[in-house]
Amino acid sequence: MVGRAGRALLSRRRRELFFGVIVLALLAALPLGVHGAYLRGLIVLALLYAGLSQAWNILGGYCGQISLGHALYFGIGAYTSALLFTRVGISPLIGMFAGGLLSGLSALLVGIPCFRLSGHYYAIATIVIGMMAALLASNWDFINAAQGITIPFHGEAWQNLQFRTAVLPFHYVMLVYAALMWLIAWVIEGSRWGFHWRAVKDDVTAARSLGVSIYPSKLAAAAISGAATGIGGALYAQYVGFIDPESAFDLSLSVLIALPAVVGGIGTLWGPLLGAAVLIPVQQLSVAWFGSAAGGIDLMVYGALIMVLALSRPEGLVSFFHTRARQEVIDHG
Amino acid sequence: MAEPLLRIREISKSFGSVAANVDISFDVAEGEILGLIGPNGAGKSSLFNIIAGEIVPDRGEILFAGQRISGIGAVACAKLGIGRTFQVVRSFDSMTVLENVMVGAFLRARRTRAALRRAEEVIALCGLAGRSDTAAHRLSPPEKRRLEIARALATEPRLLLLDEVLTGLTPTEAREGMQLVRGLRAQGITIIMVEHVMEVLLPLVDRAVVLNLGRKLMEGVPAEIVRHPEVIRAYLGDRYSG
Amino acid sequence: MSPALILQVAIGGVLMGLLYAVVAAGLTLIFGLMNVVNFAHGALLMAAMYATWLIHRSTGLDPLLQLPLVAALLFGTGVAIYRGLIARTLQIRVNGAMVQIFATFGLSIFLVGLAQLVFGSDFQSINASFLGGRTLALGAIVLPLPLIASGVVSLLVFLALFRLSRTEFGRALEATREDFEAVALIGVDRDRIFGIGWGIGAAAVGIAGVLLANFYYISPDVGTNFALIAYVAVALGGFGSILGALIAGLVIGLTEALTALVVDPSLKQIGIFLIYLAVLMFRPRGLFGKL
Repeated sequence: MVGRAGRALLSRRRRELFFGVIVLALLAALPLGVHGAYLRGLIVLALLYAGLSQAWNILGGYCGQISLGHALYFGIGAYTSALLFTRVGISPLIGMFAGGLLSGLSALLVGIPCFRLSGHYYAIATIVIGMMAALLASNWDFINAAQGITIPFHGEAWQNLQFRTAVLPFHYVMLVYAALMWLIAWVIEGSRWGFHWRAVKDDVTAARSLGVSIYPSKLAAAAISGAATGIGGALYAQYVGFIDPESAFDLSLSVLIALPAVVGGIGTLWGPLLGAAVLIPVQQLSVAWFGSAAGGIDLMVYGALIMVLALSRPEGLVSFFHTRARQEVIDHG
Repeated sequence: MAEPLLRIREISKSFGSVAANVDISFDVAEGEILGLIGPNGAGKSSLFNIIAGEIVPDRGEILFAGQRISGIGAVACAKLGIGRTFQVVRSFDSMTVLENVMVGAFLRARRTRAALRRAEEVIALCGLAGRSDTAAHRLSPPEKRRLEIARALATEPRLLLLDEVLTGLTPTEAREGMQLVRGLRAQGITIIMVEHVMEVLLPLVDRAVVLNLGRKLMEGVPAEIVRHPEVIRAYLGDRYSG
Repeated sequence: MSPALILQVAIGGVLMGLLYAVVAAGLTLIFGLMNVVNFAHGALLMAAMYATWLIHRSTGLDPLLQLPLVAALLFGTGVAIYRGLIARTLQIRVNGAMVQIFATFGLSIFLVGLAQLVFGSDFQSINASFLGGRTLALGAIVLPLPLIASGVVSLLVFLALFRLSRTEFGRALEATREDFEAVALIGVDRDRIFGIGWGIGAAAVGIAGVLLANFYYISPDVGTNFALIAYVAVALGGFGSILGALIAGLVIGLTEALTALVVDPSLKQIGIFLIYLAVLMFRPRGLFGKL
């Protein structure tokens, strides 16, 4: 028999799930109201980043390990799927899981040495590993080095994850991806692992005293986060039809993956989605409106937005909807 | 005579040139409340950390329920049934009281509902029921201490190490705290308490061990301790020259 | 590959390493002070380089003579960044470090965009400086004068920083880092100390920028690569250690130069990364890190 406080927690979880279904339905219906390839394409990207950032959030937000090298997993997933499709003829529907598996394993390999490092040291180590991957990929002829891999059109089919006009089908592909990531996060939040990981994030010593094994917790979070990111990478490769070291392994991509979660609310359920919904359109539209004409303004807008959000809403955009999040974060001194 | 729950054998630990613990030996019987007292720098925290598995001793051995535990680590100790609080409260600030305690409950409970139930039980026991939904960092200091205890309690410990949980409380709060500790013993939990101030501790404990400058000065029942001249000297040492 | 060539490359690497070390010193100073990793560090370097170029173009003042000027300019910028941006993030309880990382990161993007807007994306360089293009020959070894000059100035900067740590102010910095709540109780103005700390850190980067402008190309993106090397240097040397920044910078400069001899120049950073990772495996806090 669960008591009053417990019932409150459980009903809150049910409400979140219910709300999630509603948001899913709205997003599914969105193409009905939004026409035009450009805007639709914008939404596809936003959904992809919502998923990628939620994947990052699992390690960075819930477990507190700030990785700035997640592009590594994105790239591994993208390249694995692309290579399997173009060279072996394996459907990306399978390829993306292969990619996810490889990136999950990579996350473990990276985590094993790197999780001994604390906070900032860990972050910089992830940056370095990401950059090494980018460098090596640019010089590895097996994967076509800097030229990248072009995925030729094999005919419209779900099996190929290719379509003549990719935007609408991929809206749903990315929506499913983002929704699944959200669901994984929701499950984690209520699970034993989730509680363990948040304890690891907050205070490692206290967590140990309660029987939480630190290393395995971090590694588990990393594996799931990495695998999920890899799947996103595979989907991206099929959407765009081209992948190269610069688009797959770059540091700016690593940051772009983490940013929506941070801006939206790190360690929260809705943060990555909110963050992606704001950041991606702002970034893309800035480039479109200001980009080449008056070079630099797009970056200024984007940078200013990040600064303003970091200062005014450090707990993330979720605090606009959820006063509890705000109170928890600001030290009233 | 039943086997003691905890046997501490010649535990020694140095940090650099500072000898924190030198040849500490004593037993703790199951179900008793043992006090660990001594002035600052006596080695109480270090000993606590060693028992809880957070620090590995340089020499010596600890037997918990007949099993050697020095060097197995804090996580293993927790799983064996050693719970502890921290002198400087370490709450999980991003979580509520309920969630904090659930982390502890998850040691024995696999499923969330079971952990929830256990956490609620413990929270009620520790008098925090009204604050379940409050973020941990917004609690008052006495409430934070109780959260520490609740969290450790949720792990279903056989031995509970309480680090200065009664320090700095008002007389009313201290009384409530002592009641809580007695209640825990009534449930069958063995308790070792570190306290700074003897007046608070001695009425509560069955026996006490006095540490000074890293060594064990003496052990015995409160009545003996209070009268012992060396103990008095250790605490008021400044007043006596030489 | 003659021994002379190897020696020349090595010395060049060491001199470059000194420059890296100065950039790293600024970064580690700020971190050592308040646990903030300044992700706008590269942008500050870029700003200093553009400032040097601009002043040189409009007044003809040689970069070497601009050192005090640009250093002062960047000092002010550092203080401004602290007061305008960082000070507000210090009150944040949960995820404070994250917010600082991203606030400074946003600043970095903003500054790069600003540079693109004002100066355009084309590369600029200073061609007519006093030392530019001139070399010094020691036997078979030929070294560019600007590089030698930057090495000398860098050493002076480190001397100054080491002296600073012994002064009263230096000790106040140290004390503030150890426990800034206690320090407030004895009347030390935390904001002033932090502000000055940021100023000095930025000034260090400013000096590096002036020296670099003498022989390196200038573009809005130029800061990124140097900043990355600086972060690696700081982590390698140990966050908060000035000595660590110096040693790490030297190691990195040398490694980078020698690696370029052995592998394809585009891969020369691999050497740095490998050394960095290797060290961290044995010393998770870097060579001299205490934090």
